[in-house]
Amino acid sequence: MLNLIYNEKIRAVFFQVLTFSLVAWGVFYLYTNTNENMTARDMKTGFDFLWITAGFDTDFHMIDYKAGDTYGRVYLVAILNSLLVACLGIIGTTALGFFVGILRLSSNWLVAKVAAAYVEILRNTPLLLQIIYWYLLLLAFLPKPKKSFDVFYLDIFFLNNRGFYGPSAFFDSGSGLVAAGIVIAIIAVVVLFRHARKVQNSTGRVIPKYSWGLGIIVVVPVVAYFIAGQPIGWEVPILKGFNLRGGWRVPPAFITLVIALSVYHSAYMAESVRAGILSVNKGQTEAALSIGLTRGLALRLVIIPQALRAIVPTMISHWMNVVKNSSLAVAIGYSEITALFMQTSLNQSGYAIEIVALTMLFYGSVSLTISAFLNVYNKSVQLVER
Amino acid sequence: MKVMKLLAAAAVMMGMAFAGSSTAVAESTLDIVKKRGHLRCQVGQPSPGFYNLDKDGNWYGSDVAVCQTIAAAIFGDSSKVEYQSVSTPQRFTAMANGESDVLSRTTTWTLLRDTQLGLDFTTVNFYDGQGFMVRVDSGIKSSLELEGATVCVATGTTTELNLADYSRANNLDIEPVTFEDKNVRNETFYKGGCDAVTNDKSGLASTKAEFPDPENFVILPETISKEPLGPVVRQGDSNWNDIVMWSVFALIAAEELGLNSGNVESVRSSTTNAEIKRMLGVEGNLHEGLGLSKDWAYDIVSQVGNYAEVYEAYMGGGERGIGITRAGSQNALWNQGGLMYSPPFR
Repeated sequence: MLNLIYNEKIRAVFFQVLTFSLVAWGVFYLYTNTNENMTARDMKTGFDFLWITAGFDTDFHMIDYKAGDTYGRVYLVAILNSLLVACLGIIGTTALGFFVGILRLSSNWLVAKVAAAYVEILRNTPLLLQIIYWYLLLLAFLPKPKKSFDVFYLDIFFLNNRGFYGPSAFFDSGSGLVAAGIVIAIIAVVVLFRHARKVQNSTGRVIPKYSWGLGIIVVVPVVAYFIAGQPIGWEVPILKGFNLRGGWRVPPAFITLVIALSVYHSAYMAESVRAGILSVNKGQTEAALSIGLTRGLALRLVIIPQALRAIVPTMISHWMNVVKNSSLAVAIGYSEITALFMQTSLNQSGYAIEIVALTMLFYGSVSLTISAFLNVYNKSVQLVER
Repeated sequence: MKVMKLLAAAAVMMGMAFAGSSTAVAESTLDIVKKRGHLRCQVGQPSPGFYNLDKDGNWYGSDVAVCQTIAAAIFGDSSKVEYQSVSTPQRFTAMANGESDVLSRTTTWTLLRDTQLGLDFTTVNFYDGQGFMVRVDSGIKSSLELEGATVCVATGTTTELNLADYSRANNLDIEPVTFEDKNVRNETFYKGGCDAVTNDKSGLASTKAEFPDPENFVILPETISKEPLGPVVRQGDSNWNDIVMWSVFALIAAEELGLNSGNVESVRSSTTNAEIKRMLGVEGNLHEGLGLSKDWAYDIVSQVGNYAEVYEAYMGGGERGIGITRAGSQNALWNQGGLMYSPPFR
């Protein structure tokens, strides 16, 4: 009998089972006790509310939504709005972050100091403050709908204090041909790039692949468009009553949020980039320059790939922070998941625990997805040791 | 802000998860409040008229007066109130988990809220209705002209639902822009981010009063909804419900009977009116049913006043009022064409 206690394997199994049952009991207790308490207080529980109609409208939705659709649909609308702002925020953060990070290492004293000031100011003020600041700034500077600012002077993109407007496409029969044209063009460009690399590797001759590629991407779909008899049209926003109508629109709160998130997180990202580049031995730069690469090429082909090993792990957490901080949109009225689902829907339906759980489920799964994706990428850029 | 919200949400869940399952029925709210020595009364972010802060940080307003009324009834001292300023979306959870004893903050009585939140509405202390405010220079004269307009609205309110209903019913295609913080909402409207702002008309009047140039804004004539506002208690303690409800009735009855904070003392000793005698505890034992002291209604009237005094001071033309006319409105007494009516004190 005593032998059993001293047996390492049995002891290990015993503690595993003990821990597991404690955790399972804890979860079970919390669940049943919550239910009991809520029933005792006459509060409704369960996920049936997802099929109840929600009586409110929202000003920004990427799938069809109107007052009278279900809370389940509100959840979808909110998720898509969150994902859109998070995606653009991540792209902005990464691009700006790399740009500023590289500027900080510039040999030009002024450029380096300006970049340093950018990082320090943005890192050391709260994000919520910055969001409200950007929002009020934008509202103060954007013109009224009747005096919309014609972006690019094309008469199709407009900016005013109700948002950014652009044309939306409508498709007639024959659009398939244009789509096919685009696919063909992409395949052609891939083939071209492969061929160019092969030629360069074997003969050293450089084919101007970028200008050729651009040409193919533009010309092929355009030719297809005219052959098919111009099947795609544009619906351009025009002033009707109070606001511009037609086309698509993103609200000022959305623009604010993308700017504020990108700018704020780019300051952190810039530091990661700078640290990553500094971690690459100086000899690498010197070697790259000595074989005749220009500074830009040396950065792109030699330094950055090695720096990525140090940058990617911290980049994961910057990206996840962008996703999580997009919830601050609630302050300026952008309909993302915290505002539309955890605030409005919770208030109108009263299903607090279910809604908070669904919201956490969303943030949790997005963060884990980003983490998984970047971990795979991280493995691919890490040094392969032989 | 976000942190607070998450904490609040987490606290609710933790509360529900860990609370012993028997606490819900253990002690009556009146006993808890008496033992604590003060009333926990939930109000909202400062909003002129209903609940606002003076320069010394003291709360005043018509909904604050309801808190004081209840405290006067229980303790004989209208100052024994702890005011809890809770953001709108958190208001019902703060009630449900027992943080607040009573909620007195421009909350519209609806069937859904009365039945699905574990809460009970007591009675109505202000009849409101939703309207729109626009800039004078927009030239809009009626809310039916708001076709395709962008309208600023507070999130999580009946206002938001009424706006959607109104837009659908009249084919107006209104685009709502929702805000959690009313200051950001008002600022957005003020800076031209919306064509109109919608709220209860009393709320619009108080927003307008806060603008530096109120003469440039106009509240449109249409009222698009019924908004009966009143104090709310937790479901399942009908004695507490009675105390809150009859405290408000005492304000209204005092006006009906011609009592006010100035004359109540002399009237108590000299009156021959049987209902006044019963109400003020000179005759009978009405207070026993509520579990309060004999002087409960006397304390209310002498310390807080009657309904008309409260209205005049905060909603009407008083120094701290927001200038909403009472005569001819639903908030006048029932015998003067309004809806304010107290059941008999007998």
